[in-house]
Amino acid sequence: MDFSDYKDIYVFAEQRDGEIQPVALELIGKARDLSQVTNEKVVAILAGSGIADKAQTLVAYGADKVIVIDEPELKDYVTEQYTQAVFQAVNAFKPSILMYGATTIGRDLAPRIAARLGTGLTADCTKLTINEETREFEMTRPAFGGNLMATIKCPEHRPQMSTVRPGVMPKATPDFNRKGEIVSFKPKFDASKFVVKLVKTVKAQKAAVDIADAKILVSGGRGVGCKEGFDMLQGLATVLGGEVSSSRAMVDAGVMPHDRQVGQTGKTVRPAVYFALGISGAIQHLAGMEESETIIAVNKDKFAPIFSVADLGIVCDLNKVVPLLTERLKKEQAR
Amino acid sequence: MKILVCIKQVPDTTEIKIDPVTKTLVREGVPAIMNPDDKGGLEFALQLKDKFGAEVTVVTMGIPAAEIILREAFAMGADRAILLTDRKLGGADTLATSKALAGVARQLDWDLIIAGRQAIDGDTAQVGPEISEHLGIPQISYVAGLEYDAASKKFTVTKETEDGCQILEFQGKALLTCLASAVKPRYMSVGGIVDAYGKEVEVWGADRIDVPETELGLKGSPTKVVKSFTKELKEPGQVHEVDAEEAVELIVAKLKEKHII
Repeated sequence: MDFSDYKDIYVFAEQRDGEIQPVALELIGKARDLSQVTNEKVVAILAGSGIADKAQTLVAYGADKVIVIDEPELKDYVTEQYTQAVFQAVNAFKPSILMYGATTIGRDLAPRIAARLGTGLTADCTKLTINEETREFEMTRPAFGGNLMATIKCPEHRPQMSTVRPGVMPKATPDFNRKGEIVSFKPKFDASKFVVKLVKTVKAQKAAVDIADAKILVSGGRGVGCKEGFDMLQGLATVLGGEVSSSRAMVDAGVMPHDRQVGQTGKTVRPAVYFALGISGAIQHLAGMEESETIIAVNKDKFAPIFSVADLGIVCDLNKVVPLLTERLKKEQAR
Repeated sequence: MKILVCIKQVPDTTEIKIDPVTKTLVREGVPAIMNPDDKGGLEFALQLKDKFGAEVTVVTMGIPAAEIILREAFAMGADRAILLTDRKLGGADTLATSKALAGVARQLDWDLIIAGRQAIDGDTAQVGPEISEHLGIPQISYVAGLEYDAASKKFTVTKETEDGCQILEFQGKALLTCLASAVKPRYMSVGGIVDAYGKEVEVWGADRIDVPETELGLKGSPTKVVKSFTKELKEPGQVHEVDAEEAVELIVAKLKEKHII
């Protein structure tokens, strides 16, 4: 394999219903950082139907070039259609690096492309760097339920591919005057392979706010215990203009919906303030919130692991602290 | 109907601890279990068996001790079990693993392959889709529901996504990766447990699959682990054992310090 044919840092710019997904913009931000080291271009692959006008958004966030694949076959995400389109684009343009969001789409598409290309793929990365000496792409990811981190490379194959957890990489500030090259790519579909048919898409009731976007999160765990406990947390969140989130235990118990779950199997969050209330702090939970700017933990158990990451740890009963704190903050605001 | 179910033996990652002194993973005493999503997949297969009389073969690639999860699968109701074990397969990444398992699939007769969405030790979700690509069959990942119409031989699948689900259908061969949360796996039956030790687990070496050695194990793995390490936890702040009034004062002071209020 002649590596000199493969260049530039590519991002699969995931869209749903024509909406560019936040993770695509996060990846472009990361690709920009990496491109400073490799001195290459940042290229986005935008696939869908009727989405060509979104290309400029990707440029604004840092893409130097956008490859638009605008085809009716790509209206909704179905594995084979997208695999054919992206695979052909990869073969035509030859990226050195190609990143996807670690979403249900990215995690379905990327391994299919990896196997079709015969290249490596590193899943759910949380850190991406270029080795200054070897110029290799180094992809770091959690393993063993977040207990261990592994740095992985793909030395003998191109493209070097990874999926990246949403919410981990910061987006760049957009510049809507930024200029970029926009090219159209037309794949040749083999419709005989379109075996799986999409019958319908069912949208679940969406949370009003994505917890990954919240500046303040009031998060509850086993110590909160029940629905009424979370109503109390909601009171605190409302006063602070924040959102309520949850540990896995309370989601498994059916008290909170999955879209509010923080952690390894939930969402990665990095709010300005994260209240961990009655959360013991299993490593899987810490994996999803330890990048928060300020962590305030309240737990009755002074040996709870959450205190190992907290900026402020309070050993006390949250059922006493939360109502008092809520009242106090209301008074502060009334001043 | 013949169903091939891919399962994996994994350490129960919820039981893993970090040694506070050496900062390494303590693997001793961690139970090895059938990966939860795979067990969910096996349950889906057994439900098809209950309703339509499917023949269920389970396969795992792993160390000889992984035989125990195949016995468990027997006890749950699987009909045939294959343990693919060989030193040549050691150090395989997802691509090399998928090549080996696709190699097993090519030696067998099946209509449907079921796997778990992902294993709790690696969490990659890659092996299933990669197997289907090698076999040239479609995949559906994140499967939360599965129905089969025997007359039209049509499968209707519910695939979970971040914002709801997709309903998909297909006829013919395919590979599905299933979610543990979608089903409640049956317990091993007493009769099943007795049978499990009467049945033969077929042990296959790499020579039983028609895959070049260069595509297997560490040699066949495009990704290489540069290093692994336990996470540096950040410096913890102070922990105060206080009453609720003092707690409120401390929290308010912290929020003011950070210009939140």
